Amino acid sequence: MIIAVASGKGGTGKTTVAVSLALSLNSVQFADCDVEEPNAAIFLRPVIDEKIPVTMLVPEIDETKCSGCNKCSELCAYNALVVIGTRVLVFPNMCHGCGGCTLICPERAITEKPREIGVIEKGSARAMAFMQGILNVGDPMATPIIRELHHCLDRTKTIILDSPPGTSCPVIETVRDSDYCILVTEPTPFGLHDLQLAVETVRQLKVPFGVIVNSAGIGDEEVDKYCQREAIPLLMKIPWDRRIAEGYSRGEPIMAVMPELRQGFLNLHAAIAATCGAA
Amino acid sequence: MKLCISSTGQNLNAVVDPRFGRATYYILIDSATNDFECVENPSAMAGGGAGTKAAQLVINKGVQAVLTGNVGPNAFAVLNAAGIQIYTGVSGSVQSAVDLFNSGKLQAIGSPSVEAHAGMGGGKGGRA
Repeated sequence: MIIAVASGKGGTGKTTVAVSLALSLNSVQFADCDVEEPNAAIFLRPVIDEKIPVTMLVPEIDETKCSGCNKCSELCAYNALVVIGTRVLVFPNMCHGCGGCTLICPERAITEKPREIGVIEKGSARAMAFMQGILNVGDPMATPIIRELHHCLDRTKTIILDSPPGTSCPVIETVRDSDYCILVTEPTPFGLHDLQLAVETVRQLKVPFGVIVNSAGIGDEEVDKYCQREAIPLLMKIPWDRRIAEGYSRGEPIMAVMPELRQGFLNLHAAIAATCGAA
Repeated sequence: MKLCISSTGQNLNAVVDPRFGRATYYILIDSATNDFECVENPSAMAGGGAGTKAAQLVINKGVQAVLTGNVGPNAFAVLNAAGIQIYTGVSGSVQSAVDLFNSGKLQAIGSPSVEAHAGMGGGKGGRA
């Protein structure tokens, strides 16, 4: 079973929830899919024993064959190719790797070559299998790394995916093949606003989902009312508690500072498993 | 000389658009005769690559110099490679920009004047 932990708003506690859930269960594979700034490793402290480079294919031009017809530049939806006479300037950072330019070039002057955009690190945190994707600084394309993480999933285990925030492509790439999605929010107007965006996204993806309210006790009751109105399961509330924040600042998961919350996460997993019809 | 001036409007009284890649219009003008044509920028609202697209347009139109407020690194790289002169910091009306160019008071730049995505406005360039 694959459980994705996502949110609309950033900083609501995705990693806190994902790490806590993973630490509560046996036979878990944890994948940090927030490849622009993965941080679950701070709390899980894994030992990394394998690093796999991730590449994407970008065009390379043989200028001796280029006739300057401009077809590649006209085709490129991301404006990654500019033709100056029979010179072609390639902007690899803007390329989405679709390969269209290679196909359309009548002179066969374009070939595709791999460009490294990041790395996948694999290892273990005690009994837990751990993976994280890391996008190279300055590179904009997160999704190929997330796709590669998905190829490395061990479906015999309970898989916990720590998603990036928001509702953009990297989130969709993370969540779309999941059996269940936990949306973490905070009980504030900002939290509610971005939760609503996240709910719209996950509904489109047709992934079953429920909500966890983190920092319960700050803010207002509007998230509760929204969930009730929309018949969205409110899975759990994590209290606003200074001990959690202090532990977090030391890189300690909730379980280390408030072990009494473990039962809550076990119940959470049981509820999700029941929803998904899996053990 | 054929100039391209980023513009907020479609005639010579319009104010120069401070953004090159995301300008609303381009005024393509012959600096000697003042004959001009106005082209709408199809990439003003593009998700990305507005600068390179605009530079490609300018190249295809046979422009020899660009007058604008700011130009980013990708557009700069393209215009530079194509041997097109770039004048930034230009403001006021399009006509006054042409006059300034003709008076020889503008100085071409040798490096981009802003970072990538500078013309995208608040919120669009960040992590969404």
